[in-house]
Amino acid sequence: MTEVLPADGVFGLSWLLVAVPAISAVVLLVGGRRTDRWGHLLGTAAPAFAFVLGVVLFVALLGRGEQERRVGQQLWTWFEVGGLRADFGLLLDPLSALFVLLITGVGSLIHVYSIGYMAHDARRRRFFGYLNLFIAAMLMLVLADNYLALFLGWEGVGLASYLLIGFWQHKNSAAVAAKKAFVVNRVGDMGMVLAIMLMFATFGSVTFEGVAAGIEDASGATQTALGLLLLLGACGKSAQVPLQSWLLDAMEGPTPVSALIHAATMVTAGVYLVVRSGFVYETTEVASTAVVLVGLVTLVVGAIIGCAKDDIKKVLAGSTMSQIGYMMLAAGLGPAGYAFAIFHLITHGFFKANLFLGAGSVMHSMHDDVDMRVYGGLSRLMPVTFVTFAMGYLAIIGFPGFAGFWSKDKVIEAAFADNIWIGIATILAAGVTAFYMTRLMLMTFLGDKRWKSDVHPHESPATMTIPLVVLAVASVLGGVLILGGWIGHFLEPSVGPEEHHDLPIPVLALTAIVTLTVAVGVFIAWRTYGTKEVPVTAPRGSVLTRAARADLYGDALNEAVLMRPGQWTTRWLVWFDNRGLDGGVNGLAALIGGTSGQVRRAQTGYVRSYALAMLGGALLVVVSLLAVTLA
Amino acid sequence: MDATPFLTLSALLFTIGAVGVLVRRNAIVVFMCVELMLNATNLALVTFARVHGQLDGQVAAFFVMVVAAAEVVVGLAIIVSIFRARRSISVDDASLLKY
Repeated sequence: MTEVLPADGVFGLSWLLVAVPAISAVVLLVGGRRTDRWGHLLGTAAPAFAFVLGVVLFVALLGRGEQERRVGQQLWTWFEVGGLRADFGLLLDPLSALFVLLITGVGSLIHVYSIGYMAHDARRRRFFGYLNLFIAAMLMLVLADNYLALFLGWEGVGLASYLLIGFWQHKNSAAVAAKKAFVVNRVGDMGMVLAIMLMFATFGSVTFEGVAAGIEDASGATQTALGLLLLLGACGKSAQVPLQSWLLDAMEGPTPVSALIHAATMVTAGVYLVVRSGFVYETTEVASTAVVLVGLVTLVVGAIIGCAKDDIKKVLAGSTMSQIGYMMLAAGLGPAGYAFAIFHLITHGFFKANLFLGAGSVMHSMHDDVDMRVYGGLSRLMPVTFVTFAMGYLAIIGFPGFAGFWSKDKVIEAAFADNIWIGIATILAAGVTAFYMTRLMLMTFLGDKRWKSDVHPHESPATMTIPLVVLAVASVLGGVLILGGWIGHFLEPSVGPEEHHDLPIPVLALTAIVTLTVAVGVFIAWRTYGTKEVPVTAPRGSVLTRAARADLYGDALNEAVLMRPGQWTTRWLVWFDNRGLDGGVNGLAALIGGTSGQVRRAQTGYVRSYALAMLGGALLVVVSLLAVTLA
Repeated sequence: MDATPFLTLSALLFTIGAVGVLVRRNAIVVFMCVELMLNATNLALVTFARVHGQLDGQVAAFFVMVVAAAEVVVGLAIIVSIFRARRSISVDDASLLKY
């Protein structure tokens, strides 16, 4: 990593990237009804401004020498307690610059789309407020120059996702899904919190620079613990196994939210964290292997789940899990994979936003029905949605020339160079991806009409189709970033030089194998869903299908392993508290109360009995005095 | 000086007073018995003062007399007002102040 230079000139404005969306969110949320009329315009202008500023900063970064591309801006001292000093600082380097462009670019398009998508929602202005909060938090996350400020953005993202997933809070399922996302993320956040504490305890600093400087000399146990804790945090945000369960339920939110969570913000945070903390993972074999394994398991699990779902958004959610798994895997491979992880992340951002917004457009015209079994034959009625969706589809399955082809291929290459079995697993998963995405295409846009009688599909308004077109173009052309190894070279100041690896077989042969596998996946899907009629009610399916429909029993596992024992423990604790602790205290009180109830009977109200008691007492005193004196 | 007859008389008077307080129900009589006990005590105090040739006991006796006088004033007033309210001066009847 190269040295961080102080921010000068236009770089002094980088704080505006975070501030503008944040201020817009505050205006929209505090301003209330008064901002209803123009709220969506302000809400869209804020990320658009951030995008323009991001482009300016990006160009300025490109204009500098390679060794001067890490720019830090210290804003103020956040707090200073004892030996801990946390500066509120921003770091703009190639890695965060790419993220800024992705977040604000795709984010702005999603905002534009939301104007049309949420047009009939009475709470649209609030929706835009939350979206802006989401963007601001995510920008805070990627621009922070230390783990503590990163954590601020990290929590902000969690909060915004909670608010947005549960945006239609009158639906019980949405409220529950929001709560689930929040709770599962909290588990990951614990990892982050512990990691930050460990950093402070070990290095006395929580900045990226400080930790990177000290990590080499730390003990092996500390390095491993740090890596695993950060991985736990990354798993929570990026919906990786074992904290994947919230992502599928998060589909309860409005579709633009799903697009934002899956493409530009939230789930990419985990990958960012792992790549940003590369200096930690390079010192510990155990943790980096764990990252690879987590990515591998998730990419397979996500792909399998995607194959069985009939809910169009859940298929896409499964595919997000799977694609993020690819990125995690690449990030876990170390310097050989960082650039490819980020490359895949960016192209995925393009085509997944495209797919989600396309799915939203379809749902919009189908009365918010998400069941693909009642779709079919939409290609002619929704030509723009169909063509743009097809671009995203070709990109995600890795059709030669499209964005996903370049990025996924690179990840598979890196995996292959590391371990041949991991490589084979990634290739098979690519085939499965092709299968479920083809299935989705065939069930939604082609084949017979299976609509319900009261549905009249129509093309969506321009505010929704224009973002689709832009994203479709990006899905097609996103691969240009890799031309001449540009992205790897550009990211060098942030993540170190790209390691070159030797493949056991020629690159072209590997590409051919991947493409062939994809073709097989497409063919199987076409044989199953393209040539036969799709039944409107789902058939029972094989054991694997039923398992995949139930999210491979992830929820059941969580329930059996965590929730039930947790409930038993709390019940036992409540019982112990009621009977054990309260019982003891209440028993003592009852004993004293009962005794005094008996003793007060002595107070009869008869003066003469008091007199007798006094006399007796006086005699007792006299007798005892005499006894003492005479003894 | 032989103090025994005085002290015997004092003990006797005190016992009579104490028994009177315990067994009589008429508030006036109880009151008189209390006075008897006080005076028995006074006698003992004066006797010991003579025996020891000091004035302390006699001074204490004077105090007791003053306090007794004040007590009679207050006590009789209470008895009169209880009688007016309840038409009875039996100490057993005035037993409402209890558990």
